Amino acid sequence: MGSGRLYLAVAAGGFRRYATYRAATAAGVFTNTVFGVILVYTYLALWDEKPHLGGYDQTQAVTYVWLGQCLYATLAIQGGGAEKDLMQRIRTGEIAVDLYRPADLQLWWLAGDVGRALFQMLGRGVIPFAFGALFFPMALPTDVTRWAAFTVTLLLATLVSFAIRYLAALSVFWLMDGMGVNQALMITGIFFSGMVLPLNAFPGVLGEIVRVLPWAAQLQMPADVLMGETDPLRAYAFQAAWAVVLLAAGRLVQSAATRRVVVQGG
Amino acid sequence: MWIRSTMAYRASFVVTVFGNLLVTGLDFVAILLMFSQVESLGGWSLPEVAFLYGLSATAFGIADLTFGSMDVLGGRMRDGSFDTLLVRPVPVLAQVAADHFALRRLGRITQGVLVLGWALPAVDVDWTAAKVLLVPVMLVCGGVIFCAVFVAGAAFQFLAQDAAEVQNAFTYGGTTLLQYPPTVFGKDFLRGVTFVLPLAFVNWVPASYVLERPYPLGLPPWAAFASPLVAAVCCALAGLAWRAGLRSYRSTGS
Repeated sequence: MGSGRLYLAVAAGGFRRYATYRAATAAGVFTNTVFGVILVYTYLALWDEKPHLGGYDQTQAVTYVWLGQCLYATLAIQGGGAEKDLMQRIRTGEIAVDLYRPADLQLWWLAGDVGRALFQMLGRGVIPFAFGALFFPMALPTDVTRWAAFTVTLLLATLVSFAIRYLAALSVFWLMDGMGVNQALMITGIFFSGMVLPLNAFPGVLGEIVRVLPWAAQLQMPADVLMGETDPLRAYAFQAAWAVVLLAAGRLVQSAATRRVVVQGG
Repeated sequence: MWIRSTMAYRASFVVTVFGNLLVTGLDFVAILLMFSQVESLGGWSLPEVAFLYGLSATAFGIADLTFGSMDVLGGRMRDGSFDTLLVRPVPVLAQVAADHFALRRLGRITQGVLVLGWALPAVDVDWTAAKVLLVPVMLVCGGVIFCAVFVAGAAFQFLAQDAAEVQNAFTYGGTTLLQYPPTVFGKDFLRGVTFVLPLAFVNWVPASYVLERPYPLGLPPWAAFASPLVAAVCCALAGLAWRAGLRSYRSTGS
C-alpha cells in the first residue's frame, strides 16, 4: 500500500469515528447555534456603540461570529481533537505501539486530525453558519475566487491548529499528564484565536501582539480573506510560515521525545 | 469520597482550581476588552454589566458545584453503570449529583464573587434595605433556577442518551446570556428567556430593580421580587421531569 493511501485511510478513519456519534453532533450544532445567536446580539450592541470597530461593519461582525461557530469544532479551537487521544496514548504507554508502526508519527496523527476536522466542518459547522446566513444579515462574497481563496486559508488554518495541539500533546512525554496542558490549550485557543472578540478589535499593543501570534491563523485570517479585508496572498504567507515553523518544531520535539521515551506500564 | 480523592493530589488540585478560575474568567476578560473600546453596552456601564456578570456567574457556580456532574449521566446510561445507582438505597438524583463531585468548580464561584465584590461598591446605587436584601436572594434563587435547568437537562438525557451538549446550550449558554444587559437582545429572544425558560429572574429582572433600570419587556414592578416563586416552580417542574425520565428508563440490557 502506498504511503499516500495509508494516510488517506487514517484520515477516513478519523472522519468515520466522529461521524458515528450522530446525537452528539446534533447536540453540538444546537449549542453552537445558541451561542452564535447570543454572540451576534452582543456584537451588534457593541458595533452600535462603536461602528467600524476593528475595520468591520455590522454585517461583517455578524459574519465573523458565525464563522467562529463554524470553525470552533472544526479547528478544535478549544482543544479536544486528535491531541487528546495522543496525550492519552502517551500517558498510558500505548504510544509505544504507534512508534513501531511503519508510518511517520506526525503525519499519522495529522491525517487523523484532518479527517476529524472535515467531519466537524460538514457535520457541525455548516448548519450553524447556514442558520446565521438565513436569519441575520451577513457579508458573504458572491464571486467564486474569494470562496476558493477562503478554502485555501481553511486548509492552512487546519495545519496550524494541528501543529499547535501536536506540540502541546508531546509535552506529556515530560509532564506525564495532560490536564494542565489541555487547560492551557483551552485558554490560549479561545482568547488568542479571537473567539471572544475579533483580533482586529483588540486594543493597542495587545492587539498588535495577538495579531502576529500563530492563533491568528485560525479564525482571523480565514474571516478576513472571506470578507475581503486582507490580501489572500498575505494571509497564505502568514499561515504557511507559522505552519512550517510549528510543524518543524513538532518534529524536533518528537525526535527528542522518542529518543528518551520511557514507556509507562511495564 | 470524591473530595478525598481530589485532595490526594494537593498540588494538582490547586492548579486545576486556578485553571478553572482562568477559564471561567475569560468571559469577563471578553467584557473588559469590549469596554476598552466603548463607554457602554446596550446603554449599561461597565460596573452595571459587572454586577450582572457577578450575579450570574456566582449563581451558576453554585448550581455547577452541586449539579454540574449531571452530564456524566448519558455516559453512565450507555455503559450500563447507571443501573448500580438504581439499586442503592439513596435517591438517584443525590447520587448523580455527587458523582464525580468536583471541588475544583470552586474556581467558578470564586471568580463570580470577585467580580461581584468589585461591582457592588462600583455601581451607582442608593442602597435601601430592600435592595441589599435582594442581592443574596438573587444568588440563592438564581442558583436554584440553574439547578433546575441542570436537572431538567439530565431528565432529557433519558430520552436523548448521547446529547449532553444540548444541556450546555441552556446552562453555559444561559449564564453567558445573563452576563450582558437585556437591552442587547431582541424582543422575541427576551420573551423566550422570561416566560419559557425563566432565566431572566436569575438577575435581569431583580437587578433592574436594584439599578433602577426599566424592566425588560415592561414587566410589572413586583416582578423583581418574584424570583423565589419562579425558582420554586422551576424546581417542581424539573422534579416532575426527572421522575418521568427515571420511570421511562430502560436499562441497556444485553
